[in-house]
Amino acid sequence: MKFGIVRFPGSNCDTDAYHAVVDTLGEEAVYLWHKQHDLQDVDVVILPGGFAYGDYLRAGAIARFSPIMNEVIAHAKRGAPVLAICNGFQVACEAGLLPGALMRNSGLQFICEPIRMRVETTDTIFTANYTAGQIIRVPIAHGEGRYEADEATLDQLESQGRVVLRYVGVNPNGSARDIAGVVNEAGNVLGLMPHPERVVDSALGSTDGLAIFSSLLARVPA
Amino acid sequence: MTRYRVSVEIKPREGILDPQGKAVADALRTLGFADVKDVHVGRYVVVDADSPTESRARESVGAMCKKLLANPVVEDFHITRVEAL
Repeated sequence: MKFGIVRFPGSNCDTDAYHAVVDTLGEEAVYLWHKQHDLQDVDVVILPGGFAYGDYLRAGAIARFSPIMNEVIAHAKRGAPVLAICNGFQVACEAGLLPGALMRNSGLQFICEPIRMRVETTDTIFTANYTAGQIIRVPIAHGEGRYEADEATLDQLESQGRVVLRYVGVNPNGSARDIAGVVNEAGNVLGLMPHPERVVDSALGSTDGLAIFSSLLARVPA
Repeated sequence: MTRYRVSVEIKPREGILDPQGKAVADALRTLGFADVKDVHVGRYVVVDADSPTESRARESVGAMCKKLLANPVVEDFHITRVEAL
C-alpha cells in the first residue's frame, strides 16, 4: 500500500508518519510537497501534525488553500482514505472534509502529554484492528484542540457512530462531548488530535497507535 | 478604481467558549476592575482593495471573510469601517 504524506511549510510530524508507515509497517510512502498537484497514485493520504503556515490567521486556514489540497479533496470525495492528525485535523476541518472546528484549549495552555482515549467503534477502516471500547494511551501536543460544532452536528455525529475516539478520564482541552477523533459521513476521512504515529514502536514505550495504520492495511484495497 | 481601506472585526461566536476572553476578564478583575462583566478577544483585519465603488469593496471583503478571514463555523465578522484612501 502506498501512503502519501503531505508536507506544508511548518509540518513537523511528517517524518514520524513516514517512520510509522515505512519502518514499522514496511509499506511504501512518499512525501507530497504542498505545491504539487499530483498525488502520485497514493492509496492513503496523511495530513500530518505541525504548524502549517505558522498557524497564521487560524490553524489550518491557509494550508487549506495549498495547491495539493485540491487533489486531497478530490481523493477524499472519491472515497479514498485520508488520515488527518492534529494540525492535519485542523486543515481537514477548514477544508470542509470534516465538520466542526478546533479552537483554543479551554485551559489556554499548549499541552504535550499522553492522554487516554476510548476506541468507540471498530467499524471504520482506521480502527478495525482495535477492539471496541479499548482504551489506548496516545500523546497529544496542541494548543488548539478543542473540538466545537453546533449541537445538531454533534448529535448527528453521535447518532451516526462517527465519534470514533473519545477522551476518557481527563478531557485535556475542553472538546465538546470529549471528542478526540471523528470521521466524515462516508467514513473515509478520520481527523484526530492525538498522535498515533508517535506510539508505533515499543522502543519508544508504546505501540497503542499502530493499529490506526495497520487497520488501513487490513481494510483498504491497495 | 478607488482604493478603499476596509476594516473587519472577527470575534468568537456568542455562546462558544472563549477561554482567552475569560482569562483576560479574570485578569482585569484581579487588577480591580470590578465592573468587567465579559471580555471577548478576536482579530482585527485591515484590507486595502481597489474597487469601483464602496459597496463593491465592502461586498468583496465580505466574501473574503466567508472564504478565509473568518471561520463561519465558530466566528462572526462585521465590517466596521470603509474609507476611501
